[in-house]
Amino acid sequence: MQLMMQGISHRVGAATHLYPLNLRLQPGAVTVLLGATQAGKTSLMRLMAGLDKPTAGRVEVDGVDVTGLSVRHRNVSMVYQQFINYPSMTVFDNIASPLKLRGSLKAAAVKEQVLALANKLHIEMHLDKLPAQLSGGQQQRVALARALAKGAPLMLLDEPLVNLDYKLREELREELTQLFAQGDSTVVYATTEPAEALLLGGYTAVMDAGEILQYGPTAEVFHRPASLRVARAFSDPPMNLLPATGKGQRIELQPGLDLYLAASGTLTVGVRANALRVQTQAGDVAIKGQVELAEISGSDTFVHVHSPIGPLVAQLTGVHYFELGTAITLYLHASEAYVFDAQGLLLLAPERKGSR
Amino acid sequence: MARIDLDLAHAYKADPKQDNDYALLPLKMTFDDGGAYALLGPSGCGKTTMLNIISGLVQPSRGTVSFDGRDVTALSPQARNIAQVFQFPVIYDTMTVAENLAFPLKNRGVPADRIKARVGKIAEMLEMSGQLNQRAAGLTADAKQKISLGRGLVREDVSAVLFDEPLTVIDPHLKWQLRRKLKQIHHELKLTLIYVTHDQVEALTFAEQIVVMSRGRAVQMGSADALFEKPQHMFVGNFIGSPGMNFLRGRYKGGVIEVAGQDLTLSLSVLSQQLQQAKEFTLGVRPEYVGLVGEGAAGALRATVAKVQDVGTYWLVSARTGETEVKVRLPAQAQPPAVGDRVWLQVLGSHTCFYGRDEQLINVKEMSA
Repeated sequence: MQLMMQGISHRVGAATHLYPLNLRLQPGAVTVLLGATQAGKTSLMRLMAGLDKPTAGRVEVDGVDVTGLSVRHRNVSMVYQQFINYPSMTVFDNIASPLKLRGSLKAAAVKEQVLALANKLHIEMHLDKLPAQLSGGQQQRVALARALAKGAPLMLLDEPLVNLDYKLREELREELTQLFAQGDSTVVYATTEPAEALLLGGYTAVMDAGEILQYGPTAEVFHRPASLRVARAFSDPPMNLLPATGKGQRIELQPGLDLYLAASGTLTVGVRANALRVQTQAGDVAIKGQVELAEISGSDTFVHVHSPIGPLVAQLTGVHYFELGTAITLYLHASEAYVFDAQGLLLLAPERKGSR
Repeated sequence: MARIDLDLAHAYKADPKQDNDYALLPLKMTFDDGGAYALLGPSGCGKTTMLNIISGLVQPSRGTVSFDGRDVTALSPQARNIAQVFQFPVIYDTMTVAENLAFPLKNRGVPADRIKARVGKIAEMLEMSGQLNQRAAGLTADAKQKISLGRGLVREDVSAVLFDEPLTVIDPHLKWQLRRKLKQIHHELKLTLIYVTHDQVEALTFAEQIVVMSRGRAVQMGSADALFEKPQHMFVGNFIGSPGMNFLRGRYKGGVIEVAGQDLTLSLSVLSQQLQQAKEFTLGVRPEYVGLVGEGAAGALRATVAKVQDVGTYWLVSARTGETEVKVRLPAQAQPPAVGDRVWLQVLGSHTCFYGRDEQLINVKEMSA
């Protein structure tokens, strides 16, 4: 399925929800809409579904203009943040409903498909229950199974896991990526979390304040953010951003602290948290500071550091303890730095290893 | 301030018979005076029930709550001298920030000069000194919640301060600053703090000791380091860390152990004895500690790469060995293998854990002592 949006904008009264944008979704793949709340993700999805009409521009499905066509005449399935199921129907009937609506399937075939989907989403033991008897995670699995049962060529998911506990989210996200990979639907998945976009893979459209800033393969967008705005939106923890001056063959972070990279003029140096280390390697620059807080997630420790070149966050693997206020030295290699020009456009990005 | 001892169980229905009937299964636990604790677990695990039992909002159906050895089971939160901070701001909109902070002290008849000094100190810690004379009504949700935190911390004579998901309304970008504040305040005031959350970062960052809970059971109390390095229960291995621990079924086979259908040689004889006793076990190893090693290396399993994900700050490799999928975390600077590659995964090492049929850690040190 080829969905194309051309010169699309959306205004409601005096408020502009989406500025004119172009987007051609990668067919048969997952596209992540990544952005903070109010970035325009839901507005854009509603236009894709036909729930709203764009103020200007054109929507095409497989080359056919569907701009004014309502959702009832499009083949789209949707999953929302809130778990939406038919409360009076059993789980089985909930999942079966889109199959029955199609009308052409025999009861045995419907049953077979419902069972297959229920198995994939691990709710086969709940088929006779009503949605209200299930936990939140199970209810959202039912909603996902129903959306998958529809087999629509376009599937839209608006932060479907946001209301679940993080471990459950992890589990369900992994199952979903497998289901998306097995199917041939074009999937659009909205999220506010950079880490979720990276785990889903596929393609990512970074959104901010009603605009699409960049669209491309997820890892590529992450590793080569076209602008400071993209780097800010697509980094968790936030990318460390440092004002600097290009002096030709070196970049000065402050007098005596240079990165040997070629650039000139007023610059911003961007450093991802995992590029700051506590062990030194050949060619590193050293940045001294004090620990403000070590945030521990289990797999990682995020060390917030007060330094003369500005506040920094370093990401260390595993659990590390630091007393508040302890002196710390962080190390950075020039090859790991991003450089943005005075307009905030990317000049240099670290080379990617292991690109497939 | 007080040391708090729990020796109790709680069921919301009468006459509980099976594990499922309990909101809190029988437990014995001590919270030391002046310690910072977190109760962590998924929704429905019993953490809020435990907090409410400590505060006195809920009476346990069986057993006792003691403060410094004194039985307080029948006492109200006021009589227990507990301060509480909830998910949403609980403040008086018509009062100024200073009046809000002073309220718990005024109520207890603290002299005016003491109140002034204490309110000034708490406001300074929370960086609200400039707003003391402002009406609370006009403040942002963040600032209002800071006042709630301040009201919880303002009294010096409390037995403990209890927090129930207090940073829920705080903007994600500001959370770390408040976590830092709470840590600093704990350092300075040395109050006993107990903090309920479902967020592992919040729990591991804030607390010296974390109680991990699952289905009414406290499965482990330990430091962040202990929960990560030596999870006492498979639930903790999975729950802490993202992704969680890899688990592989194994059995003892005379001299060697069979893991995921392949034979491995153990170097620790004490462990070997224990696994022999257990016969069947589960090997647990975190994705951070699985090494990609050369063919036939000791303690390594043959596997086939099924998926390679560029997760930005690291590579996440999933490899299949028999029926089991093992996740491996490689640094962003590493050269990852390709899908379909045959690789060797080092699963035996100093970070490897073994679990018995009851899903509890088989503790090597205890046995050898």
